Amino acid sequence: MNRGRRDIISIILLQLVRTAAFITFAALLFILGYMVVRGVPHLKASLFSPVYTSENVSVLPAVVTTLMTTALSLLIAVPLGIFAALYLVEYAKKTNRLVPVVRVTAETLSGIPSIVYGLFGMLFFVTFLKWGFSLMAGAFTLSIMILPLIMRTTEEALQSVPDAYREGAFGLGAGKLRTIRQVILPAAVPGILAGVVLGVGRIAGETAALIYTAGTVAQIPRNVFASGRTLAVHMYALSSEGLHTGEAYATAVILLLMVAGVNLLSAFLAKKITKN
Amino acid sequence: MESGPIKRRNWKEDLARGAFFAAAATSILAVLLICAFLFANGIPAMGKIGVFRFLLGTEWAPSDIPPAYGIFPMILGSLYITAGAVLLGVPLGILTAVFLAAFCPEALHKILKPAVELLAGIPSVVYGFFGMGVIVPAVRLLLGGSGSSILAASILLGIMILPTVVTISETAVRAVPGSYYEGALALGASHERGVFFIVLPAARSGVLASVILGIGRAVGETMAVIMVAGNQARAPRGILRGVRTLTANIVLEMGYAAELHREALIATGVVLFIFIMMINLAFSMLKRRV
Repeated sequence: MNRGRRDIISIILLQLVRTAAFITFAALLFILGYMVVRGVPHLKASLFSPVYTSENVSVLPAVVTTLMTTALSLLIAVPLGIFAALYLVEYAKKTNRLVPVVRVTAETLSGIPSIVYGLFGMLFFVTFLKWGFSLMAGAFTLSIMILPLIMRTTEEALQSVPDAYREGAFGLGAGKLRTIRQVILPAAVPGILAGVVLGVGRIAGETAALIYTAGTVAQIPRNVFASGRTLAVHMYALSSEGLHTGEAYATAVILLLMVAGVNLLSAFLAKKITKN
Repeated sequence: MESGPIKRRNWKEDLARGAFFAAAATSILAVLLICAFLFANGIPAMGKIGVFRFLLGTEWAPSDIPPAYGIFPMILGSLYITAGAVLLGVPLGILTAVFLAAFCPEALHKILKPAVELLAGIPSVVYGFFGMGVIVPAVRLLLGGSGSSILAASILLGIMILPTVVTISETAVRAVPGSYYEGALALGASHERGVFFIVLPAARSGVLASVILGIGRAVGETMAVIMVAGNQARAPRGILRGVRTLTANIVLEMGYAAELHREALIATGVVLFIFIMMINLAFSMLKRRV
């Protein structure tokens, strides 16, 4: 290929982008490598004992709490997000006045920092609704936080379903609801799941929104109105105590493994949808 | 969809439609609730303290008698750290985006793209730990001071905003019509010159949008900053000194604050919220222009 005249400026620019890309990806590798080197030696069996004591600093309660929080948040945000996207894509007419407002507010929600969500959750769920520091308060806060993500990915998935599917179903006499349930949603599932999985990643990594909503109790919560700390909060708590740095690094490794797994799964699902 | 089935309405369809409508309205309700609760709990404190003494007061001493609630040092702290992060992260991010969009072999792109996504997915606490374990000691060793400083926080946040800047900038660069690049080559420009002087300027509003979103992320970042910035609630003197951001102020003191102190922290949240709203507004105005 003829790349044109190569002068000194071109050569400098080329080296510049190469260096920048190298620094970016070296930073990523360094962060991952550092966490693995510092954390893996501390991944001992005692770290996974079922009861947390200040001596074994077990992460197991935090793992369970993370799973519970994730499940609860998804239970709230996923149906809401999918329903909202269904309205925007399948029902709302182009002249609908509500649609731009929904889009602006969803965009606003996705820009709000997690600490502001934490403040709101504390003021509304913990104090105003008198739920106290609890999984419920944490999960509701997080579900508002991931709602725009679920909405946006579901919208994209619904829009990628060909209109022929809808026409075919209507042509066979199916109602709108039946068309959505049996034709459109099944075709959109991989895209929706990719979004849900990204939401799981955000929940697992969240700290600032949880400290003052779900609290920081280090045991497995007995029910959804008890306080509990997720892995990320657990890690922060360990770091601010400053006594169990090794265990905190081990927790980081577990968190990173979860995030990497979640990203892989999401990418896999997204690829599946583009193939369809 | 414009065309629906020709069928008599039935209650199931109406119910579903109503449920979907209600779900769509949730995000509106959520924004209204967030505004209402933040403002109702934060604005009165500003009134009690005095708006100017709150926003421009240089002393934050909630436990003094009488207490002082000036958040100006924290506003400065957030601004300095964000500026530092932009200075370090934006050039690096844009250049990396250009590399991914125009210089990267397809096979390498398949590895690097998920890597950027992974960078975006790493939780803030993990970044914070990395900062505590690597950046802070490095700053202490090389430049002196305690290490927990504006510089350390800027470096860490610079890395944290990379995925935002890279992803959106890359999309913007790729969206520039190929004819621009071809025209440049036809006029004798090299690949590099074509990309930098023709394609990149054409993608500027998208690139600018990525920077604004990065700024939003930097201003709102909490946990990672707390772990590396030192958190002293006084006006920063030099980039090797510690500083406290608006976000850090809330997390650090909310646990034990009561009465006016607590309200002042919520008011800090209101100020943060307004900053973010202004950044979002700038972003969506820019997006509309694209």
